[in-house]
Amino acid sequence: MKRVYMDHASATPVKKAVIETMLPYFDRHFGNPSTVYDMGHEIKKVIEEQREKVARLIGAKPGQIIFTSSGAEANNLAIKGTVFARQKKGNHIIISAIEHHSVLNSARFFERMDYEVTFLPVNKYGLVDPERLRDAIRPETVLVSIMHANNEIGTIEPITELSAICREKGVVFHTDAVATVGNIPVDVNELGVDLLTLSGVSLGAPKGVGALYFKERLRLMPLIHGGIQENGRRGGTENVPAIVGLGKAAEIATEELEGNETRMRELKGRLVAGIHERIEQVKYTGHPENRLPGHASFCIGSIEGEALIYMLNQHGIYANTGSACASKALKTSPVLVAIGVPPELAQGSIVFTMNSENTMDDVEHVLDKLPLVAARLRELSPVWNQH
Amino acid sequence: MKFIESTKADSTLDLVCRMCPLHLLEPGEKLACMERGQVLEVLTDYDGALEDIPSWCEKCSQEFLGMEECDDCYKLYIKKTH
Repeated sequence: MKRVYMDHASATPVKKAVIETMLPYFDRHFGNPSTVYDMGHEIKKVIEEQREKVARLIGAKPGQIIFTSSGAEANNLAIKGTVFARQKKGNHIIISAIEHHSVLNSARFFERMDYEVTFLPVNKYGLVDPERLRDAIRPETVLVSIMHANNEIGTIEPITELSAICREKGVVFHTDAVATVGNIPVDVNELGVDLLTLSGVSLGAPKGVGALYFKERLRLMPLIHGGIQENGRRGGTENVPAIVGLGKAAEIATEELEGNETRMRELKGRLVAGIHERIEQVKYTGHPENRLPGHASFCIGSIEGEALIYMLNQHGIYANTGSACASKALKTSPVLVAIGVPPELAQGSIVFTMNSENTMDDVEHVLDKLPLVAARLRELSPVWNQH
Repeated sequence: MKFIESTKADSTLDLVCRMCPLHLLEPGEKLACMERGQVLEVLTDYDGALEDIPSWCEKCSQEFLGMEECDDCYKLYIKKTH
């Protein structure tokens, strides 16, 4: 059976070149980078080389990169690290209503400590209105966190405009760029951000590694206290093979990004047009143009998204409902609620995220099978039959 | 401890939020990039640094000028002597 993987927002396969680069760091170069003998020095040097590669991918300087265990940890470090470091300055945090749980729950953690959190609403495309951000900032605001792009609806936020408002008001600005780094060009200077999160998962690097960019002179309270690793900003012996993997994946992404982006837009264009031609009552969610290149998200009327995913799985197609947490908790996706999708339509959420390994054949396979699956599920749907 | 006020520094090293032993590693690196006679200001919120930095200066033959206490941190001043 043909297998089509279109859930790259959840995980990307680790590239062969990345695996090969990592392998010697499990056995031959196994030493601890903090040791003072030559073995340690050599590995420490390798880590610094990876820092340069990751920095290059986002237009940063190597000293501005902190390696973490994941995008979620980088988001936690950005939010908790900044808020704790600035606790004498104020007790107000602003995030958007469509943030990832690692941002959302980090902010909620501070609500338990008597901080105030403003959840900025978004419009029907998922965009934050810069003027609403301006109005929400108070003298006691210490941090604003708004994601670069949303994994569930693909919309890319106007980060440059949003960060400029924060700079003007003297508020630290963080963006979760897990969905964008490796998919579109990301330059921290153009974006004007103080902090930016990226993850290996969406870059073709292994799971269990991420990074946080931070602007020089920004104070960050470490989450993991330990030794001198990451210049005292993140304790714990470095996960050297994973960091090497992230560095290699960043290097590949720096070289290949432009060509991939154009191809992704072609594949997505065909998928979106094909689905609209073949299935009725479909809502394309997120911004129609200003969105991730390989990202296509829909809500299909009178269908349960989970059932759709299971049945597509039987045809060798791997996609997602968009929010694994919401889906497993049998909750309507907060992102779809925030953009005003009616709850009954939000149940039929399906998200396809493609990368450079997907082909037009893959898209045609989805276009062959998805209408059949949707029709079968609708036959079984009392809601559809009433309709 | 010698307390001083309004000392003019040529360079600042902000170690606020960072813990031991960073306050003993980073000043050396920073001083290495400075000229003899220049003053380094070290910002820290780590109490242990008040004892450690003067004694580190003595061991490394750098001149510890003194400290100033601010709202959210201590400022320690080191003059590069060699």
